[in-house]
Amino acid sequence: MQRRNFLAAGFAAIVAGCNDIGTSDWFGKVVEGAEGWHRGLHRALGGGRIAMAPEFTRADLSPYFRGNGSLTVDTEAYRTAEAEGFINWRLSVGGLVDNPGELSLDDIRALPQRTQITRHDCVEGWSAIGEWTGPQLSAILDTAGVQPDANFIVFRCADNLNGSDYYESCDMDDALHPQTIIAHQLNGEALPVINGAPLRLRIERQLGYKHAKYLTGIEVVAGLADIGGGKGGYWEDRSGYQWYAGI
Amino acid sequence: MERPRKRHALSTRIWHWLNALSVIILFMSGLNISNAHRRLYWGHEGFAPEQAWLEVPRFPGWATIPDYYSLASARDWHVVFALVFGFSLLAFMIFAFANGHMKRDIFARAREWKPSNIWHDIVEHLKFNFKPGKGKYNILQKIAYAGVILVLIPLMIFTGMVMSPGMEAVWPWLTDMFGGRQSARSIHFLAAWSLFAFFVVHVLLVLASGPTKQIRDMITGGGE
Repeated sequence: MQRRNFLAAGFAAIVAGCNDIGTSDWFGKVVEGAEGWHRGLHRALGGGRIAMAPEFTRADLSPYFRGNGSLTVDTEAYRTAEAEGFINWRLSVGGLVDNPGELSLDDIRALPQRTQITRHDCVEGWSAIGEWTGPQLSAILDTAGVQPDANFIVFRCADNLNGSDYYESCDMDDALHPQTIIAHQLNGEALPVINGAPLRLRIERQLGYKHAKYLTGIEVVAGLADIGGGKGGYWEDRSGYQWYAGI
Repeated sequence: MERPRKRHALSTRIWHWLNALSVIILFMSGLNISNAHRRLYWGHEGFAPEQAWLEVPRFPGWATIPDYYSLASARDWHVVFALVFGFSLLAFMIFAFANGHMKRDIFARAREWKPSNIWHDIVEHLKFNFKPGKGKYNILQKIAYAGVILVLIPLMIFTGMVMSPGMEAVWPWLTDMFGGRQSARSIHFLAAWSLFAFFVVHVLLVLASGPTKQIRDMITGGGE
């Protein structure tokens, strides 16, 4: 009986301790360290080659593609843009670049296109397979001329969730990855509204919340501290999700 | 190699307790993660109820880490202790093969596989007689320990790696080996509960077979 009490008390202590430790600063540092370890292992085990996310065939496509998070943008401007087929939508390219500018959907469709059938993995645990088409982000960045002190790309979005504008970011390694594209098509059709019309990021070696939807801008930056809440993305700021979502 | 003087080698003891801590934290944070999406699927993809082969119950707060629903915080615990879990097993295996622990104590010899011997051990267990015979562990223990060390825990680690998209890009063959990411997720869940079943039986048998000495030996190493 005593033993059982002892075990129960030990168990309760672990759980109570975990709540306190989980919200402490030092554990935050440990998590950051572990995140760095995972990322380092992923890069090191890749052995210098460009590790590619698996690609599938049309036979593997999900019956339909689930939408999650923002399912539309609740503004008059967006409704107007949708009604006119996004002909006036612009993607700004700015920050630490030699040639800042704006791209229309026609500009984006005129770039060399990449089509990839990939699996989208939500942090919650589900997966859906879709065929995405769009130019590689690296092509857009090449044209813009990235300056040497650039370390991150910030993705600006039209959607506002719970009072904050959605945004995301990635390092140059993922930005220049061949499968990182600015998609304007899903399964051969214009991107549906629930999946981020007219433009969304595909960053295939990371979880779903990194794949920013309703893209309005690409900003090249040296650091993330001054952007949004400083943690590099909407969910990172709001709930403490990992910035490196390759785990 | 010379038989170590202690009942449990230092490497075994360190791994045992690190592993116990990792298993508890990973299991309980895993239940919190499971609450984020309670359906399981086979194959590469799945998100809709009609695709699921199982909808698991929502696990209550007292069983999860942290004790309220937080996918982000549960993932933090999972991501940290996944490294402890994986690398401590790797280190233990290197030591256990090098010092002969695996060959001497864990792997069963041919004669131990005789049905009469297995039956004998089952009967002795049912009589709650846990006095060891000649070897350190009886055949049921060897099957359980080898199953956990060589099958269940590696299964947890590798199915976990499949679910990491950054890792998957490096070793895509691992995903194919398990028949897709959602299959790996289902296997991860099943193996976790198998490990939990081992944990419960293991603790009960320690309690039934002189827990003070058993636990003390796993800390100090115990005498000859």
